[in-house]
Amino acid sequence: MRKDKELRVNEHPILGSAEERPRVKIKVDDQWMEAIEGEPVAAALMASGKMVFRYTTRLNEPRGVFCAIGRCTDCMMTVDGIPNVRTCITPVREGMVILTQRGEGRWEGISFEKG
Amino acid sequence: MKKVELAVIGAGPAGLCAAIEGAKHGLQVTLIDENIRAGGQLFKQIHKFFGSGVHRAGIRGVDIGSQLLDETEKAGVEVMLDTVVWGLFEDKVLALVHEGRSTQLSAERIILAAGATENALAFPGWTLPGVMGAGAAQTMMNMHRVMPGKKAIMVGSGNVGLIVGYQLIQAGIKLELLVEAAPEIGGYSVHASKLARNGVKIFTSTTIKEARGDERVESAVTVSVDENWNPVPGTEREHEVDMVCLAVGLSPLIELARLAGCGFKYLSELGGHVPLHDEKMETTQPGIYVAGDIAGIDEASTAMEEGRIAALAAAESLGRLGGEEADALKKSARKRMEEFWDGSFGRRVKASKESLSVKE
Ligand SMILES: Cc1cc2nc3c(=O)[nH]c(=O)nc-3n(C[C@H](O)[C@H](O)[C@H](O)COP(=O)(O)OP(=O)(O)OC[C@H]3O[C@@H](n4cnc5c(N)ncnc54)[C@H](O)[C@@H]3O)c2cc1C
Ligand code: FES
Repeated sequence: MRKDKELRVNEHPILGSAEERPRVKIKVDDQWMEAIEGEPVAAALMASGKMVFRYTTRLNEPRGVFCAIGRCTDCMMTVDGIPNVRTCITPVREGMVILTQRGEGRWEGISFEKG
Repeated sequence: MKKVELAVIGAGPAGLCAAIEGAKHGLQVTLIDENIRAGGQLFKQIHKFFGSGVHRAGIRGVDIGSQLLDETEKAGVEVMLDTVVWGLFEDKVLALVHEGRSTQLSAERIILAAGATENALAFPGWTLPGVMGAGAAQTMMNMHRVMPGKKAIMVGSGNVGLIVGYQLIQAGIKLELLVEAAPEIGGYSVHASKLARNGVKIFTSTTIKEARGDERVESAVTVSVDENWNPVPGTEREHEVDMVCLAVGLSPLIELARLAGCGFKYLSELGGHVPLHDEKMETTQPGIYVAGDIAGIDEASTAMEEGRIAALAAAESLGRLGGEEADALKKSARKRMEEFWDGSFGRRVKASKESLSVKE
Protein backbone atom coordinates (compact mmCIF):
# COMPACT_ATOMS: atom_id res chain seq x y z
CA MET A 1 0.00 0.00 0.00
CA ARG A 2 1.33 3.42 -0.90
CA LYS A 3 1.40 5.98 1.84
CA ASP A 4 1.05 9.52 0.57
CA LYS A 5 2.63 11.03 3.63
CA GLU A 6 5.80 9.07 3.07
CA LEU A 7 8.70 10.79 1.34
CA ARG A 8 9.02 8.16 -1.37
CA VAL A 9 9.96 8.53 -5.01
CA ASN A 10 6.98 6.64 -6.41
CA GLU A 11 7.21 7.97 -9.95
CA HIS A 12 10.50 8.59 -11.71
CA PRO A 13 11.28 9.60 -15.32
CA ILE A 14 14.12 7.06 -15.59
CA LEU A 15 13.38 4.43 -12.97
CA GLY A 16 9.64 4.31 -13.71
CA SER A 17 6.93 3.57 -11.15
CA ALA A 18 8.07 1.96 -7.93
CA GLU A 19 6.95 -1.64 -7.74
CA GLU A 20 4.75 -2.62 -4.88
CA ARG A 21 6.79 -4.54 -2.36
CA PRO A 22 5.77 -6.32 0.81
CA ARG A 23 5.88 -4.28 3.98
CA VAL A 24 7.08 -5.17 7.44
CA LYS A 25 6.35 -3.57 10.80
CA ILE A 26 9.15 -2.00 12.83
CA LYS A 27 9.07 -0.24 16.19
CA VAL A 28 10.85 3.09 16.38
CA ASP A 29 11.09 4.70 19.82
CA ASP A 30 7.83 3.11 21.02
CA GLN A 31 5.95 3.75 17.79
CA TRP A 32 5.14 1.06 15.29
CA MET A 33 5.54 1.99 11.65
CA GLU A 34 5.73 0.30 8.27
CA ALA A 35 8.84 -0.22 6.19
CA ILE A 36 9.48 -1.88 2.86
CA GLU A 37 10.91 -5.36 3.20
CA GLY A 38 14.68 -5.40 2.72
CA GLU A 39 15.25 -1.65 2.66
CA PRO A 40 17.84 -0.20 5.02
CA VAL A 41 16.51 1.03 8.37
CA ALA A 42 17.75 4.54 7.49
CA ALA A 43 15.71 4.62 4.29
CA ALA A 44 12.54 3.61 6.15
CA LEU A 45 13.13 6.30 8.78
CA MET A 46 13.86 9.03 6.23
CA ALA A 47 10.75 8.07 4.28
CA SER A 48 8.78 8.65 7.46
CA GLY A 49 10.40 12.07 7.88
CA LYS A 50 12.69 11.14 10.75
CA MET A 51 16.01 12.96 10.47
CA VAL A 52 17.62 12.66 13.93
CA PHE A 53 19.07 9.19 14.45
CA ARG A 54 21.23 9.79 17.49
CA TYR A 55 22.64 12.44 19.85
CA THR A 56 26.39 12.74 20.38
CA THR A 57 28.07 11.75 23.63
CA ARG A 58 29.57 14.99 24.87
CA LEU A 59 27.64 17.82 23.25
CA ASN A 60 24.32 16.03 22.79
CA GLU A 61 24.13 17.18 19.18
CA PRO A 62 21.77 15.57 16.68
CA ARG A 63 23.12 13.41 13.87
CA GLY A 64 21.45 11.79 10.88
CA VAL A 65 22.37 10.19 7.58
CA PHE A 66 25.55 11.64 6.09
CA CYS A 67 27.11 9.11 3.69
CA ALA A 68 24.38 6.46 3.32
CA ILE A 69 26.96 3.80 2.43
CA GLY A 70 28.28 2.71 5.80
CA ARG A 71 31.39 4.86 5.95
CA CYS A 72 30.77 7.72 8.39
CA THR A 73 28.87 6.14 11.35
CA ASP A 74 26.65 9.22 11.74
CA CYS A 75 23.49 7.11 11.37
CA MET A 76 24.18 4.72 14.26
CA MET A 77 21.21 3.67 16.40
CA THR A 78 20.36 0.93 18.86
CA VAL A 79 18.79 -1.91 16.90
CA ASP A 80 17.30 -4.95 18.62
CA GLY A 81 19.25 -4.10 21.75
CA ILE A 82 22.60 -3.63 20.04
CA PRO A 83 24.00 -0.09 20.12
CA ASN A 84 26.03 1.59 17.36
CA VAL A 85 24.44 -0.20 14.42
CA ARG A 86 24.93 1.60 11.09
CA THR A 87 21.31 1.86 10.01
CA CYS A 88 22.09 2.88 6.43
CA ILE A 89 23.42 -0.60 5.65
CA THR A 90 21.20 -2.65 7.96
CA PRO A 91 18.06 -4.05 6.32
CA VAL A 92 14.75 -3.88 8.21
CA ARG A 93 13.22 -7.05 9.54
CA GLU A 94 9.68 -7.76 10.75
CA GLY A 95 9.39 -6.75 14.40
CA MET A 96 12.72 -4.94 14.57
CA VAL A 97 13.04 -2.55 17.52
CA ILE A 98 14.95 0.66 16.80
CA LEU A 99 15.91 3.33 19.32
CA THR A 100 17.25 6.83 18.79
CA GLN A 101 20.63 6.53 20.45
CA ARG A 102 21.93 8.79 23.21
CA GLY A 103 25.72 8.96 23.37
CA GLU A 104 27.37 5.57 23.19
CA GLY A 105 24.13 3.78 23.78
CA ARG A 106 23.47 0.75 25.96
CA TRP A 107 23.12 -2.94 25.33
CA GLU A 108 19.42 -3.50 25.91
CA GLY A 109 18.30 -6.83 27.33
CA ILE A 110 21.32 -8.72 26.10
CA SER A 111 23.19 -10.98 28.47
CA PHE A 112 26.86 -11.68 27.97
CA GLU A 113 26.83 -14.74 30.16
CA LYS A 114 27.58 -18.07 28.60
CA GLY A 115 24.75 -20.16 27.36
CA MET B 1 41.93 -21.83 5.96
CA LYS B 2 40.20 -21.54 2.64
CA LYS B 3 42.50 -20.84 -0.33
CA VAL B 4 41.65 -19.16 -3.62
CA GLU B 5 43.70 -18.12 -6.61
CA LEU B 6 42.30 -14.62 -6.93
CA ALA B 7 40.48 -12.57 -4.31
CA VAL B 8 38.84 -9.37 -5.54
CA ILE B 9 37.85 -6.90 -2.83
CA GLY B 10 34.95 -4.63 -3.75
CA ALA B 11 32.16 -5.48 -6.19
CA GLY B 12 31.77 -2.13 -7.92
CA PRO B 13 32.40 -1.76 -11.65
CA ALA B 14 36.16 -2.31 -11.19
CA GLY B 15 35.82 -5.42 -9.03
CA LEU B 16 33.04 -6.99 -11.10
CA CYS B 17 35.04 -6.63 -14.32
CA ALA B 18 38.17 -7.95 -12.64
CA ALA B 19 36.33 -11.00 -11.31
CA ILE B 20 34.69 -11.76 -14.67
CA GLU B 21 37.95 -11.39 -16.60
CA GLY B 22 39.86 -13.53 -14.09
CA ALA B 23 37.28 -16.32 -14.18
CA LYS B 24 37.18 -16.21 -17.99
CA HIS B 25 40.87 -17.04 -18.00
CA GLY B 26 40.46 -20.00 -15.72
CA LEU B 27 41.22 -18.47 -12.35
CA GLN B 28 39.31 -19.57 -9.30
CA VAL B 29 37.93 -16.20 -8.16
CA THR B 30 36.26 -15.00 -4.96
CA LEU B 31 34.65 -11.56 -5.14
CA ILE B 32 34.02 -9.91 -1.78
CA ASP B 33 31.79 -6.96 -0.89
CA GLU B 34 30.52 -5.59 2.40
CA ASN B 35 27.08 -4.80 0.98
CA ILE B 36 24.18 -7.21 0.71
CA ARG B 37 24.05 -6.49 -3.00
CA ALA B 38 26.89 -6.26 -5.53
CA GLY B 39 27.35 -3.29 -7.87
CA GLY B 40 29.12 -0.64 -5.78
CA GLN B 41 28.10 2.82 -6.92
CA LEU B 42 26.77 1.61 -10.30
CA PHE B 43 23.14 1.12 -9.36
CA LYS B 44 22.74 4.74 -8.31
CA GLN B 45 24.19 6.06 -11.57
CA ILE B 46 21.02 6.50 -13.60
CA HIS B 47 22.56 8.91 -16.10
CA LYS B 48 23.91 7.92 -19.50
CA PHE B 49 27.64 7.29 -19.64
CA PHE B 50 30.09 9.26 -21.73
CA GLY B 51 32.55 7.98 -24.32
CA SER B 52 31.91 5.98 -27.46
CA GLY B 53 30.17 2.67 -28.16
CA VAL B 54 33.04 0.52 -26.90
CA HIS B 55 32.75 2.22 -23.51
CA ARG B 56 29.06 1.36 -23.39
CA ALA B 57 28.42 5.08 -23.64
CA GLY B 58 24.80 6.12 -23.80
CA ILE B 59 23.96 3.24 -21.46
CA ARG B 60 23.01 3.98 -17.89
CA GLY B 61 25.06 2.75 -14.95
CA VAL B 62 22.10 0.75 -13.59
CA ASP B 63 21.86 -1.27 -16.80
CA ILE B 64 25.60 -1.89 -16.98
CA GLY B 65 25.35 -3.09 -13.39
CA SER B 66 22.69 -5.68 -14.21
CA GLN B 67 24.70 -6.92 -17.20
CA LEU B 68 27.82 -7.31 -15.09
CA LEU B 69 26.00 -9.21 -12.35
CA ASP B 70 24.74 -11.60 -14.99
CA GLU B 71 28.19 -12.14 -16.45
CA THR B 72 29.66 -12.66 -12.98
CA GLU B 73 27.26 -15.48 -12.33
CA LYS B 74 27.84 -17.09 -15.73
CA ALA B 75 31.60 -16.89 -15.36
CA GLY B 76 31.42 -18.94 -12.16
CA VAL B 77 32.74 -16.33 -9.77
CA GLU B 78 32.16 -17.05 -6.10
CA VAL B 79 30.51 -13.93 -4.67
CA MET B 80 30.69 -13.29 -0.92
CA LEU B 81 28.34 -10.47 0.06
CA ASP B 82 27.78 -9.00 3.52
CA THR B 83 31.50 -9.54 4.01
CA VAL B 84 33.86 -6.84 5.24
CA VAL B 85 37.58 -7.23 4.72
CA TRP B 86 39.16 -5.67 7.78
CA GLY B 87 42.68 -7.00 7.61
CA LEU B 88 45.35 -7.98 5.13
CA PHE B 89 48.25 -9.91 6.55
CA GLU B 90 51.53 -11.31 5.32
CA ASP B 91 51.35 -14.01 2.65
CA LYS B 92 48.11 -12.48 1.36
CA VAL B 93 45.84 -13.65 4.15
CA LEU B 94 42.61 -11.67 4.36
CA ALA B 95 40.66 -11.23 7.58
CA LEU B 96 36.91 -11.11 6.97
CA VAL B 97 33.68 -10.66 8.84
CA HIS B 98 31.23 -12.74 6.82
CA GLU B 99 27.57 -12.46 7.79
CA GLY B 100 28.58 -11.41 11.29
CA ARG B 101 31.25 -14.09 11.84
CA SER B 102 34.97 -13.72 11.48
CA THR B 103 36.93 -15.90 9.12
CA GLN B 104 40.06 -15.87 6.99
CA LEU B 105 40.88 -16.42 3.37
CA SER B 106 44.22 -16.88 1.72
CA ALA B 107 44.73 -15.79 -1.88
CA GLU B 108 47.53 -16.15 -4.39
CA ARG B 109 46.68 -12.83 -6.01
CA ILE B 110 44.63 -9.91 -4.66
CA ILE B 111 42.90 -7.11 -6.52
CA LEU B 112 41.90 -4.17 -4.34
CA ALA B 113 38.85 -2.43 -5.82
CA ALA B 114 37.44 -0.78 -2.70
CA GLY B 115 36.37 2.45 -4.42
CA ALA B 116 36.24 5.84 -2.76
CA THR B 117 34.63 7.83 -0.02
CA GLU B 118 33.03 11.26 -0.35
CA ASN B 119 34.85 14.27 1.02
CA ALA B 120 33.19 16.40 3.67
CA LEU B 121 33.34 20.13 4.13
CA ALA B 122 33.33 21.70 7.58
CA PHE B 123 31.31 24.86 8.27
CA PRO B 124 29.08 25.88 11.17
CA GLY B 125 26.13 23.52 11.14
CA TRP B 126 27.69 20.89 8.87
CA THR B 127 26.80 18.11 11.28
CA LEU B 128 23.07 18.94 11.32
CA PRO B 129 20.80 16.21 9.98
CA GLY B 130 19.99 17.23 6.40
CA VAL B 131 23.59 18.02 5.48
CA MET B 132 24.86 15.04 3.50
CA GLY B 133 27.10 13.90 0.71
CA ALA B 134 25.70 14.26 -2.80
CA GLY B 135 26.32 10.54 -3.18
CA ALA B 136 24.30 9.90 -0.04
CA ALA B 137 21.33 11.74 -1.53
CA GLN B 138 21.88 9.77 -4.75
CA THR B 139 21.87 6.49 -2.84
CA MET B 140 18.67 7.38 -1.00
CA MET B 141 16.78 8.60 -4.09
CA ASN B 142 17.94 6.24 -6.81
CA MET B 143 18.53 3.02 -4.92
CA HIS B 144 16.07 3.20 -2.05
CA ARG B 145 13.65 5.63 -3.70
CA VAL B 146 13.41 7.86 -0.66
CA MET B 147 13.51 11.67 -0.67
CA PRO B 148 16.01 12.92 1.90
CA GLY B 149 14.38 16.38 1.82
CA LYS B 150 12.18 18.65 -0.25
CA LYS B 151 14.28 21.66 -1.10
CA ALA B 152 18.04 21.47 -1.56
CA ILE B 153 21.21 23.40 -2.12
CA MET B 154 24.12 21.66 -3.88
CA VAL B 155 27.67 22.63 -2.99
CA GLY B 156 30.17 21.95 -5.78
CA SER B 157 29.85 22.00 -9.56
CA GLY B 158 32.00 19.05 -10.60
CA ASN B 159 30.26 16.29 -12.52
CA VAL B 160 28.96 14.62 -9.37
CA GLY B 161 27.39 17.91 -8.18
CA LEU B 162 25.83 18.62 -11.57
CA ILE B 163 24.62 15.07 -12.24
CA VAL B 164 23.23 14.47 -8.76
CA GLY B 165 21.73 17.97 -8.87
CA TYR B 166 19.70 16.93 -11.89
CA GLN B 167 18.82 13.63 -10.24
CA LEU B 168 17.37 15.56 -7.28
CA ILE B 169 14.97 17.21 -9.70
CA GLN B 170 14.14 13.87 -11.31
CA ALA B 171 13.26 12.50 -7.87
CA GLY B 172 10.87 15.38 -7.26
CA ILE B 173 13.08 17.45 -4.98
CA LYS B 174 13.44 21.16 -5.65
CA LEU B 175 17.02 22.17 -6.27
CA GLU B 176 17.03 25.76 -5.09
CA LEU B 177 20.58 26.60 -6.06
CA LEU B 178 24.05 25.30 -6.73
CA VAL B 179 27.15 27.09 -5.48
CA GLU B 180 30.72 26.77 -6.65
CA ALA B 181 33.64 28.49 -4.95
CA ALA B 182 35.75 28.61 -8.13
CA PRO B 183 34.95 31.30 -10.72
CA GLU B 184 33.86 28.64 -13.22
CA ILE B 185 31.75 25.48 -13.36
CA GLY B 186 33.91 22.40 -12.77
CA GLY B 187 32.07 19.70 -14.72
CA TYR B 188 30.79 19.22 -18.26
CA SER B 189 28.72 22.14 -19.53
CA VAL B 190 25.97 19.85 -20.91
CA HIS B 191 25.13 18.89 -17.35
CA ALA B 192 25.21 22.52 -16.18
CA SER B 193 22.90 23.66 -18.96
CA LYS B 194 20.38 20.97 -18.02
CA LEU B 195 20.21 22.50 -14.54
CA ALA B 196 19.96 26.04 -15.89
CA ARG B 197 17.10 24.96 -18.18
CA ASN B 198 15.30 23.66 -15.11
CA GLY B 199 15.51 27.03 -13.43
CA VAL B 200 18.29 26.19 -10.99
CA LYS B 201 20.29 29.22 -9.94
CA ILE B 202 24.01 28.61 -10.29
CA PHE B 203 26.29 30.92 -8.31
CA THR B 204 30.03 30.72 -9.01
CA SER B 205 32.64 32.35 -6.72
CA THR B 206 30.23 31.45 -3.94
CA THR B 207 30.41 29.00 -1.06
CA ILE B 208 28.33 27.83 1.86
CA LYS B 209 28.96 29.67 5.09
CA GLU B 210 26.56 28.04 7.49
CA ALA B 211 23.70 25.60 7.82
CA ARG B 212 21.06 26.70 10.32
CA GLY B 213 18.39 24.80 12.15
CA ASP B 214 17.51 23.30 15.47
CA GLU B 215 17.30 19.56 14.98
CA ARG B 216 17.66 19.59 11.20
CA VAL B 217 18.57 21.96 8.40
CA GLU B 218 16.06 24.79 8.06
CA SER B 219 18.17 27.19 6.01
CA ALA B 220 21.61 27.68 4.51
CA VAL B 221 23.70 30.84 4.30
CA THR B 222 25.88 31.38 1.24
CA VAL B 223 28.61 33.96 0.76
CA SER B 224 30.65 35.25 -2.20
CA VAL B 225 34.38 34.57 -2.20
CA ASP B 226 37.15 36.64 -3.74
CA GLU B 227 39.92 35.31 -5.98
CA ASN B 228 41.78 33.98 -2.92
CA TRP B 229 38.64 32.14 -1.80
CA ASN B 230 38.17 34.49 1.16
CA PRO B 231 34.55 35.31 2.03
CA VAL B 232 33.45 38.82 1.03
CA PRO B 233 31.74 40.40 4.06
CA GLY B 234 28.26 41.71 3.43
CA THR B 235 27.47 39.25 0.61
CA GLU B 236 25.77 36.66 2.84
CA ARG B 237 22.37 35.39 1.72
CA GLU B 238 20.05 33.03 3.55
CA HIS B 239 18.13 30.40 1.60
CA GLU B 240 15.25 28.37 2.92
CA VAL B 241 16.23 24.74 2.30
CA ASP B 242 16.00 21.49 4.27
CA MET B 243 18.87 19.73 2.56
CA VAL B 244 22.51 20.62 1.89
CA CYS B 245 24.32 18.29 -0.52
CA LEU B 246 28.10 18.31 -0.54
CA ALA B 247 29.76 17.41 -3.83
CA VAL B 248 33.29 18.40 -2.98
CA GLY B 249 35.22 15.46 -4.29
CA LEU B 250 36.04 11.86 -3.50
CA SER B 251 39.07 10.26 -1.87
CA PRO B 252 40.41 6.78 -2.67
CA LEU B 253 39.64 4.22 0.05
CA ILE B 254 43.20 3.11 0.65
CA GLU B 255 43.24 1.46 4.08
CA LEU B 256 43.79 -2.05 2.74
CA ALA B 257 46.59 -0.91 0.42
CA ARG B 258 48.22 0.74 3.44
CA LEU B 259 47.92 -2.46 5.47
CA ALA B 260 49.51 -4.33 2.59
CA GLY B 261 52.49 -1.99 2.76
CA CYS B 262 52.03 -0.54 -0.73
CA GLY B 263 53.90 2.60 -1.74
CA PHE B 264 51.88 5.79 -2.24
CA LYS B 265 51.97 9.15 -3.95
CA TYR B 266 49.86 12.23 -3.22
CA LEU B 267 48.12 13.55 -6.33
CA SER B 268 45.32 16.05 -5.76
CA GLU B 269 43.93 15.50 -9.31
CA LEU B 270 43.32 11.85 -8.39
CA GLY B 271 41.74 12.57 -5.02
CA GLY B 272 44.65 12.27 -2.59
CA HIS B 273 47.02 9.46 -1.62
CA VAL B 274 47.02 6.85 -4.36
CA PRO B 275 48.83 3.49 -4.36
CA LEU B 276 51.73 3.47 -6.83
CA HIS B 277 51.07 0.99 -9.61
CA ASP B 278 52.48 -0.02 -12.97
CA GLU B 279 50.78 -0.49 -16.37
CA LYS B 280 49.49 -3.90 -15.20
CA MET B 281 47.86 -2.20 -12.17
CA GLU B 282 50.28 -4.05 -9.86
CA THR B 283 51.27 -2.14 -6.71
CA THR B 284 54.71 -2.09 -5.15
CA GLN B 285 53.67 -5.31 -3.38
CA PRO B 286 54.02 -8.18 -5.85
CA GLY B 287 50.74 -9.95 -6.56
CA ILE B 288 48.61 -7.14 -5.14
CA TYR B 289 46.82 -5.05 -7.74
CA VAL B 290 44.52 -2.00 -7.63
CA ALA B 291 41.65 -1.00 -9.93
CA GLY B 292 39.00 1.70 -10.02
CA ASP B 293 38.68 4.67 -7.70
CA ILE B 294 41.25 3.28 -5.26
CA ALA B 295 43.81 3.71 -8.07
CA GLY B 296 42.80 7.38 -8.51
CA ILE B 297 39.33 8.91 -8.75
CA ASP B 298 37.91 8.67 -12.25
CA GLU B 299 34.72 7.30 -13.79
CA ALA B 300 33.08 3.90 -13.88
CA SER B 301 34.12 3.40 -17.52
CA THR B 302 37.84 3.48 -16.74
CA ALA B 303 37.31 1.57 -13.47
CA MET B 304 36.00 -1.34 -15.56
CA GLU B 305 39.01 -1.36 -17.88
CA GLU B 306 41.43 -1.19 -14.97
CA GLY B 307 39.68 -4.15 -13.39
CA ARG B 308 40.13 -6.15 -16.58
CA ILE B 309 43.81 -5.22 -16.91
CA ALA B 310 44.54 -6.19 -13.30
CA ALA B 311 42.83 -9.57 -13.72
CA LEU B 312 44.65 -10.27 -16.99
CA ALA B 313 47.94 -9.52 -15.27
CA ALA B 314 47.03 -11.81 -12.37
CA ALA B 315 46.05 -14.62 -14.77
CA GLU B 316 49.26 -14.15 -16.70
CA SER B 317 51.41 -14.26 -13.59
CA LEU B 318 49.76 -17.56 -12.61
CA GLY B 319 50.50 -19.01 -16.01
CA ARG B 320 46.90 -19.07 -17.28
CA LEU B 321 47.55 -16.82 -20.18
CA GLY B 322 50.45 -16.64 -22.65
CA GLY B 323 52.46 -13.44 -22.59
CA GLU B 324 51.43 -12.48 -26.10
CA GLU B 325 47.72 -13.03 -25.61
CA ALA B 326 47.83 -11.21 -22.28
CA ASP B 327 49.70 -8.31 -23.83
CA ALA B 328 47.22 -7.99 -26.67
CA LEU B 329 44.22 -8.05 -24.30
CA LYS B 330 45.78 -5.57 -21.90
CA LYS B 331 46.71 -3.31 -24.78
CA SER B 332 43.18 -3.20 -26.12
CA ALA B 333 41.80 -2.42 -22.64
CA ARG B 334 44.35 0.34 -22.27
CA LYS B 335 43.50 1.70 -25.70
CA ARG B 336 39.81 1.93 -24.75
CA MET B 337 40.85 3.79 -21.62
CA GLU B 338 43.08 6.21 -23.56
CA GLU B 339 40.23 6.93 -25.95
CA PHE B 340 37.98 7.64 -23.02
CA TRP B 341 40.55 9.99 -21.54
CA ASP B 342 40.76 11.95 -24.75
CA GLY B 343 38.58 14.77 -23.39
CA SER B 344 40.11 17.69 -21.50
CA PHE B 345 39.27 16.22 -18.07
CA GLY B 346 40.59 12.89 -19.19
CA ARG B 347 43.92 14.32 -20.22
CA ARG B 348 44.43 15.65 -16.72
CA VAL B 349 43.62 12.28 -15.20
CA LYS B 350 45.85 10.50 -17.69
CA ALA B 351 48.84 12.74 -16.97
CA SER B 352 48.44 12.13 -13.22
CA LYS B 353 48.03 8.41 -13.70
CA GLU B 354 51.21 8.26 -15.71
CA SER B 355 53.17 9.93 -12.94
CA LEU B 356 52.12 7.06 -10.65
CA SER B 357 53.71 4.39 -12.67
CA VAL B 358 56.33 2.26 -10.93
CA LYS B 359 58.90 1.25 -13.47
CA GLU B 360 60.73 -2.01 -12.88
C1 LIG C 1 28.45 7.75 -3.28
C2 LIG C 1 29.14 7.86 -4.62
C3 LIG C 1 28.41 8.27 -5.75
C4 LIG C 1 29.02 8.36 -7.00
N1 LIG C 1 28.28 8.76 -8.06
C5 LIG C 1 28.87 8.88 -9.29
C6 LIG C 1 28.13 9.29 -10.42
O1 LIG C 1 26.94 9.55 -10.33
N2 LIG C 1 28.76 9.38 -11.62
C7 LIG C 1 30.08 9.07 -11.76
O2 LIG C 1 30.62 9.12 -12.87
N3 LIG C 1 30.79 8.68 -10.70
C8 LIG C 1 30.24 8.59 -9.48
N4 LIG C 1 30.98 8.20 -8.41
C9 LIG C 1 32.37 7.85 -8.67
C10 LIG C 1 32.40 6.33 -8.71
O3 LIG C 1 33.13 5.96 -7.61
C11 LIG C 1 32.88 5.65 -10.00
O4 LIG C 1 32.04 5.99 -11.05
C12 LIG C 1 32.88 4.10 -9.92
O5 LIG C 1 31.72 3.61 -9.30
C13 LIG C 1 34.10 3.56 -9.23
O6 LIG C 1 34.07 2.16 -9.23
P1 LIG C 1 34.85 1.24 -8.20
O7 LIG C 1 34.57 -0.15 -8.62
O8 LIG C 1 36.25 1.69 -8.13
O9 LIG C 1 34.22 1.56 -6.77
P2 LIG C 1 32.77 1.34 -6.12
O10 LIG C 1 31.71 1.35 -7.15
O11 LIG C 1 32.67 2.31 -5.02
O12 LIG C 1 32.85 -0.14 -5.51
C14 LIG C 1 33.66 -0.48 -4.41
C15 LIG C 1 32.96 -1.52 -3.56
O13 LIG C 1 33.87 -2.06 -2.61
C16 LIG C 1 33.23 -2.20 -1.36
N5 LIG C 1 34.25 -2.21 -0.30
C17 LIG C 1 35.10 -1.20 0.02
N6 LIG C 1 35.91 -1.57 1.03
C18 LIG C 1 35.57 -2.83 1.36
C19 LIG C 1 36.04 -3.76 2.34
N7 LIG C 1 37.06 -3.46 3.16
N8 LIG C 1 35.45 -4.98 2.41
C20 LIG C 1 34.45 -5.30 1.56
N9 LIG C 1 33.96 -4.45 0.63
C21 LIG C 1 34.52 -3.25 0.51
C22 LIG C 1 32.31 -1.00 -1.34
O14 LIG C 1 31.27 -1.10 -0.40
C23 LIG C 1 31.80 -0.97 -2.78
O15 LIG C 1 30.67 -1.77 -2.94
C24 LIG C 1 30.40 8.07 -7.14
C25 LIG C 1 31.12 7.67 -6.00
C26 LIG C 1 30.53 7.56 -4.75
C27 LIG C 1 31.34 7.15 -3.55
S1 FES D 1 25.17 7.42 7.03
FE1 FES D 1 27.31 7.13 7.08
S2 FES D 1 27.46 5.16 8.03
FE2 FES D 1 25.35 5.40 7.73
